[in-house]
Amino acid sequence: MMAPAIFGVAFAAAGLWSLQPVQRPLAPADIDGFIRARLTREGLKPSPEAPKRVLLRRLSLDLVGLPPAPEEMAAFLADTSADAWARQVDRLLRSPHFGEKWGRHWLDQARYADSDGFRSDRFRPHAWRYRQWVIDALNQDMPFDQFTIEQLAGDLLPNATGNQRIATGFHRNTLTNREGGIDPEQFRVEQVIDRTNTTGTVWLGLTVGCAQCHDHKYDPISQRDYYRLFAFFNEADEDHMDAPMPGEWGPHLQARPEYDRKRRELLAAKNVPALQAEWEAGMIEAAAHPGKRLDWDHAFDDLRTDCEDGEKILRTPAAQRTRRQSKILTAYFLGNYGRVITRERKEQLQFDKLAKQLAELDKTLPALSEAPVMRAHARETRLLQRGDYKNPGEAVTAALLPLLPSTGVTRPARLDLARWLVSRDNPLTARVIVNRIWQEYFGRGLVRTAENFGSQGETPTHPELLDWLATEFMDGGWSMKRVHRLIVMSAAYRQSSITRSAVDAGNKLLARQSRLRLSAESIRDSALAASGLLAPDIGGPSVQPEEASGRDRYRRGMYIRQKRTAPHPLMVNFDAPSGYGALCRRNRSNTPLQALNLLNDPAFVEAARALAKRTEGAEFDERLNRMFALTLGRAPDADERAWLRAYLEQQPPAVAWTGVASVLLNLDEFITRE
Amino acid sequence: MLHDLPRRHFFRSLGGMLGGVALAELSDPLAARKPHFAPTAKNVIFFFQEGGPSHIDLYDPKPTLRKWHGQPLPASMTKDLNFVFVKPDAKVLGSERVFQPHGQSGTEFSDYLPRIGANADSICLVRSMHTEAFNHHPGQSLLFTGATQFGRPTAGAWVSYGLGTESREMPAFVVLSSGKGTSGGSMNWASGFLPSSYAGTVFRSSGEPILYLPNPPGISTGTQRARLDLIRRLNEERQYETGDTATASRIHSYELAFRMQAAAPKFLDFSRESAKTLEDYGVNREPTRPYAVNCLLARRMVERGVRFVMLAHASWDDHQELNRKLKKNCEVTDGPIGALIHDLKERGLLDSTLLVWAGEFGRTPMGQLERVDEDPGRDHHPNCFSIWAAGGGIRGGQVIGKTDELGLRVTDHPVHIHDLQATMLHCLGLDHTRLTHRHMGRDFRLTDVGGKVVRQMLA
Repeated sequence: MMAPAIFGVAFAAAGLWSLQPVQRPLAPADIDGFIRARLTREGLKPSPEAPKRVLLRRLSLDLVGLPPAPEEMAAFLADTSADAWARQVDRLLRSPHFGEKWGRHWLDQARYADSDGFRSDRFRPHAWRYRQWVIDALNQDMPFDQFTIEQLAGDLLPNATGNQRIATGFHRNTLTNREGGIDPEQFRVEQVIDRTNTTGTVWLGLTVGCAQCHDHKYDPISQRDYYRLFAFFNEADEDHMDAPMPGEWGPHLQARPEYDRKRRELLAAKNVPALQAEWEAGMIEAAAHPGKRLDWDHAFDDLRTDCEDGEKILRTPAAQRTRRQSKILTAYFLGNYGRVITRERKEQLQFDKLAKQLAELDKTLPALSEAPVMRAHARETRLLQRGDYKNPGEAVTAALLPLLPSTGVTRPARLDLARWLVSRDNPLTARVIVNRIWQEYFGRGLVRTAENFGSQGETPTHPELLDWLATEFMDGGWSMKRVHRLIVMSAAYRQSSITRSAVDAGNKLLARQSRLRLSAESIRDSALAASGLLAPDIGGPSVQPEEASGRDRYRRGMYIRQKRTAPHPLMVNFDAPSGYGALCRRNRSNTPLQALNLLNDPAFVEAARALAKRTEGAEFDERLNRMFALTLGRAPDADERAWLRAYLEQQPPAVAWTGVASVLLNLDEFITRE
Repeated sequence: MLHDLPRRHFFRSLGGMLGGVALAELSDPLAARKPHFAPTAKNVIFFFQEGGPSHIDLYDPKPTLRKWHGQPLPASMTKDLNFVFVKPDAKVLGSERVFQPHGQSGTEFSDYLPRIGANADSICLVRSMHTEAFNHHPGQSLLFTGATQFGRPTAGAWVSYGLGTESREMPAFVVLSSGKGTSGGSMNWASGFLPSSYAGTVFRSSGEPILYLPNPPGISTGTQRARLDLIRRLNEERQYETGDTATASRIHSYELAFRMQAAAPKFLDFSRESAKTLEDYGVNREPTRPYAVNCLLARRMVERGVRFVMLAHASWDDHQELNRKLKKNCEVTDGPIGALIHDLKERGLLDSTLLVWAGEFGRTPMGQLERVDEDPGRDHHPNCFSIWAAGGGIRGGQVIGKTDELGLRVTDHPVHIHDLQATMLHCLGLDHTRLTHRHMGRDFRLTDVGGKVVRQMLA
């Protein structure tokens, strides 16, 4: 072990395992070596390999979140070559659905959602651009160090590309409060706190947030350390960029002159430019001299909270505003001018009608996609006493946490922070990330507390294996797909999940695989895939399937619009996160509402009907085989066949096969990765 | 018929089933559990009055305000206070309400609350509540989860987690809503980082009572039952093969779901309630109907072992037109609540049911006027407000705490939201410092790092 002298603080937890340098163990040299060594010590044997059918279903659900198609299963079963398994692994790792399945896992940690949160919970129409970036990055196997740097500081990279800036959307997933009376500074500080804490949890597995009000009680993080970390994010502000998708510019530019002319005419006809200028002057007056006119005071307060960048735009001279800024302020003016004039005047002006005409006109202009991003913004940081933004203490400068080895940069910026997180000497990040990947494959991490590697977290069940994986990860160029491949190629992964009595009840030692209930998204996706309804399109804006027709009705669960205060019922029922904060480990609950969801939700009823229809025309045995293949990836055994036949004979023919389909979609086996 | 099947499978299935039931019960997250110590209440009915009802106009008479009416308060009085819309120098709005003493205890209630007032001797009124949050979302979050940051489990979820349920046909935690629906939405009944088994189930008083409860169109109960039997049989088979207790738990969930399907509509069938009961609650007339239905449902649920019933009514956020809006909300809710307390008492259920009436904060003594041509309202006020509790383990007929003569600050016996939460849990036999769950590296509890049981509230 290296001397704890490398740590900046002399602290009791210097012996904390997770802060020791990652050391590649000398032997054994693969996952199974470590697992077997431990089992042998405990006098246990690993489980036999699961049957091929179980294996491919497991692999497919784990790598792409979808069950294998019957043709894929048949091909695998027929493949008797020595590298049959490796071929399936590589096929699925190359699938563009890989980025969806593992992107969703990352989005949990990124607290992704399509709305602001809080009372107004406004829709974020462009949040998906970040989600798209994640999917693409994972599909390209972007090295994790780059993946990190772009998300935390892509805007600071020399000659940053559009995509590198879109990556900074990671920290735009913070909630936004637009409630009346909130001090915008208070909320800005809360957002910075969230960004600091999320970064600590996601990359370092540390509860740095505990040091917000006082020195950390358990881990060596002082309150001053906290605010020096906070300073990196305090010097970043929310920004917004035009990020047109391929093919959007041409039609947009072509339509723009005509659109601009019509818009000008509509506004001029109602004398908007003059009235708005007057209103703006009134607002600035109210801001400068509050207390003079109550209605104007309220109107100004609302502008600050309700209108995106409202105050900033107001204070920008009209000629210097961007097109987007002008449009935002005019829209806000039209909607809120009525608050400072008499009712009669308001009714006379009919700005609501004008707003509708403008909205109609907007539809004629092919839109340019936008993206929420971060940008640097110099700002002094002070330690907040007791975490209270109204109680600033000493000034601090940005600095890396002293509990980890420094990179030697003297005045680090956000980009240096990102580089430090993925430096070879940082003992936490690689361990934390491989542990979370491991957790998804086995149902629990080598460190069960995937979110906490501090002294209040648990210690690893297989510390050497964890370090071996972390080394492989870093030395393998931070390739995530390489880590995935190492895991799924192991015998430990391919073991049977059948419980052996009284052997290691919590399965800590991995003498078998685990049966894991699928995620909310995977349950939906599997039902859609089995029934043939799935629209497998990758990426794009979020959808509201219940209100959609056509392909949007059948998109994968991860594309369902995520409104923080009104999450989709399926997501609630099956423990998907609602995006209030970083989540490193989902619950797997088991409730009667889940049963009702799968039995009676029109989406699942539709899937059952489609599954029945898809298998129409075949004789009993063949039809049943086909249905089992589509849903469970296997054939029914003789008993199942007999029970299903008995069931079919009793049921009204019109609903009998839909009934069978519904039964299959409700089985524990269907919603479980075995 | 299933009994025509080969015997081997019958036994195998039966074996699996018997084992399954036992295992299912072992692994049932909602199985009734023993509290930490002997409880004084078994169930909770929480009247959540969303938006911040005005303590000054309902529970805490401030005649002095009339003297100040129309004048601003001196700056010395309002310093350090946070207001949302009004400025600290806004003009005071005297209350037009008339307060009268009720019952033997003589507790004063507003003229808008005659039926609640009639139960004064059962009610413990707390006039000295205070909270940190002056906006709805953080305020509601603090009231229900003990923290202004979002994402933690709510009180109902904690109680279900701690005690499970005695109901065989409903989840442990049921939510009934009326009015405009609460702005916090599911945040107020979410399970946070606890498993979703503990989340509140929204029970609707019209249409289908629970989402996805009815069978799909054209599917009879018999057809559904046949499907469930088949699902059960196949699941048992799988459990037999895999030995996974989670499968047993799933079998259990499907059976509970089926019982819910059968039971939920029965909760709504009031045909066996007496005409007097229906009349008393105001079930068959406006404007009380929606809230009366919820109050009566609450009693029926508590009778059948539902652990935590939350009645969410929105909204009491009266920034404008205070008198008109307050009157309307009181007309809707006062009668049904009064009837429910009376009904519980008559049935001997009040002693085992804890009732709590609360919003997320109170309202300012100053008036809020956004437009000159409107009637004024009041702004949010976190520094003092009133709530009440009654029933299981609560000493009625008393008032706890005092506020200054303007209703601006607590002057005597401050009670924080965490204290209220600690007291609620105490009545249920739960020690708020011991009801914890480890998440993201630390133990969390409903009362965060605070909370003290308010002994004076207890019988």
